[in-house]
Amino acid sequence: MAEISSELNKKLSEAVGKMPAFPKSVQRILELSRDLNCPPKELVSVIEKDPVMTMKLLHIINSAYYSFPKQITSVNQAIVYIGLNTIKNMALSFAVIGVLPQHNAAGYDMQRYLMHSLITASLARLLCQKFNKDGTDPGDCSLAGLLHDFGKVVFAQFMPEEFKQAMAYSAEHKVPLHIAEQHVIGIDHSEVGAMLVEGWQFPKNLSFAIRSHHNPAEFKTTLQCCLFVADILSKHKSLNYGAESDREIMAELPPAIAERFGGNLDEIIVKLGDLSNVVAEAQAFAQTSKVTPT
Amino acid sequence: MKIKFWGVRGSIPSPGPSTQRYGGNTTCIEVRTDNNDLIILDGGTGIFTFAQQLVKESPITAHIFNTHSHWDHIQGLPFFIPIFIPGNTIHLYGAFDPISGAGPERIMNIQMQYSYFPVREAEMRSRIHYVTVMPHEAIKIGETTITPTLLSHPVVNLGYRIACNGKSIFFTGDHEPHYNIYEPGEEGYADYQALIEEQSQSIIDAMKNVDILIADSSYTNEEYPSKKGWGHGTFDSCIEMAMAAGAKVLYCTHHEPTRSDDDLEKVFAEALARHNCKNLDVRLAREGDEIKI
Repeated sequence: MAEISSELNKKLSEAVGKMPAFPKSVQRILELSRDLNCPPKELVSVIEKDPVMTMKLLHIINSAYYSFPKQITSVNQAIVYIGLNTIKNMALSFAVIGVLPQHNAAGYDMQRYLMHSLITASLARLLCQKFNKDGTDPGDCSLAGLLHDFGKVVFAQFMPEEFKQAMAYSAEHKVPLHIAEQHVIGIDHSEVGAMLVEGWQFPKNLSFAIRSHHNPAEFKTTLQCCLFVADILSKHKSLNYGAESDREIMAELPPAIAERFGGNLDEIIVKLGDLSNVVAEAQAFAQTSKVTPT
Repeated sequence: MKIKFWGVRGSIPSPGPSTQRYGGNTTCIEVRTDNNDLIILDGGTGIFTFAQQLVKESPITAHIFNTHSHWDHIQGLPFFIPIFIPGNTIHLYGAFDPISGAGPERIMNIQMQYSYFPVREAEMRSRIHYVTVMPHEAIKIGETTITPTLLSHPVVNLGYRIACNGKSIFFTGDHEPHYNIYEPGEEGYADYQALIEEQSQSIIDAMKNVDILIADSSYTNEEYPSKKGWGHGTFDSCIEMAMAAGAKVLYCTHHEPTRSDDDLEKVFAEALARHNCKNLDVRLAREGDEIKI
């Protein structure tokens, strides 16, 4: 696969730093920041549901300026280390940039992207909690789920024409979107997402999982497996929350993965139990509402 | 090393007859190392009185370590006369602020804007050197090592450990012990508690066995609930922290600005009575007091 040039990587990193966040989180952060007694846990729950805010926050916290002994992968960690008020003000500084448009030039459905990311995040966490055998942090799985398709938003936002063509190619030739992206753009969203996360000093296991989320043959870690199964499950007929552009509805897992989770998709779904909460929670957050940032 | 308190008040200067004994100036602590290097912890209004003495010693080299950028820790800096005198060298150390994306240079830059101060930043005639310090990364000044540690306050706040020839001091700047943002039993409580315990332990480790711990003890236990989240400790939280760290002497500072000297002594005595401070000498920081270690 073509390597992303360091110039493009730098350009995208800078662009993402200035990228607006999703409407609901912007609206909630503006509301919460006006409330002197805003419950901190509400602030956390807003930031950790927004892929853009989460990316930016963890990027700044993991920057060389704080040289933490370990990389920070959760909003709660960031609060304990750097302080609640500072995180609140960082979120506010992200919120006042504006909101990601629901209708972008690429014609990519941002709301559906967000639903897919949130459901994948919840499922990856659940899968880790249920099937984890090696101490992998469920929070890291959730973060991987939230950010795994971030490259698509970056394409939609900064390379809309090319991304539109890739989506059309995928539909026309009935190939998965990442194959179409490689064909049209020369690089796919998993690679772009991983490069961003890498350049922003996120943990290596996270970038491995994002980079490989369409290549199960490469899997070595629990994080990769949980992300992969969560991604597939969210597109499964019982949930049906794949991204609009997905042509990769998988009925069966590769045998090695199925073995790891003690069964195939239908069996895993049974083991996970009622998932209506997962969908309802994501819906409550992803539904758009009109906001005018002040 | 020698330590002298030039300002021990929190939040806002509070001069007047009721604060005469302990002093009304905001935070400023002078530290002289064994080599007579000059370290100044924070530039609250207390630094102005100190500057009068320093002017006579010109040319000087001063290492000013800023714990955080709130007014009561920076307000005296534009009045620190040595910054205007050619031949002096001033190093100002401080944290990176993730909101503004700037380091300690912004402390001077913001305060010396036209609307707030008559002298422009460009008119400071000393050599000024700004250093953005990082938690855990030690700075060497001669034989002295200064190590910053991230503490808990509404703005990024660094505590500093100063170590020289086997003796050590830790100054918290402003610090409130971490508390859980979830209720017991709520999802997230246990994980958050584990994070707090880990971070609290790393703070205790940073001040382990210091000879002198100077800590923010703004509030009493009774006052604290209505001030939770404001970023300050209590007499009791400081005593507990000092005992956990094995500090020899604890100086309680950042006195609440509305507290009179009499009240300060009263609430201090009450806090002491609640603890069995066998191996810990607990004192109130007082403007003008000097200590040798």
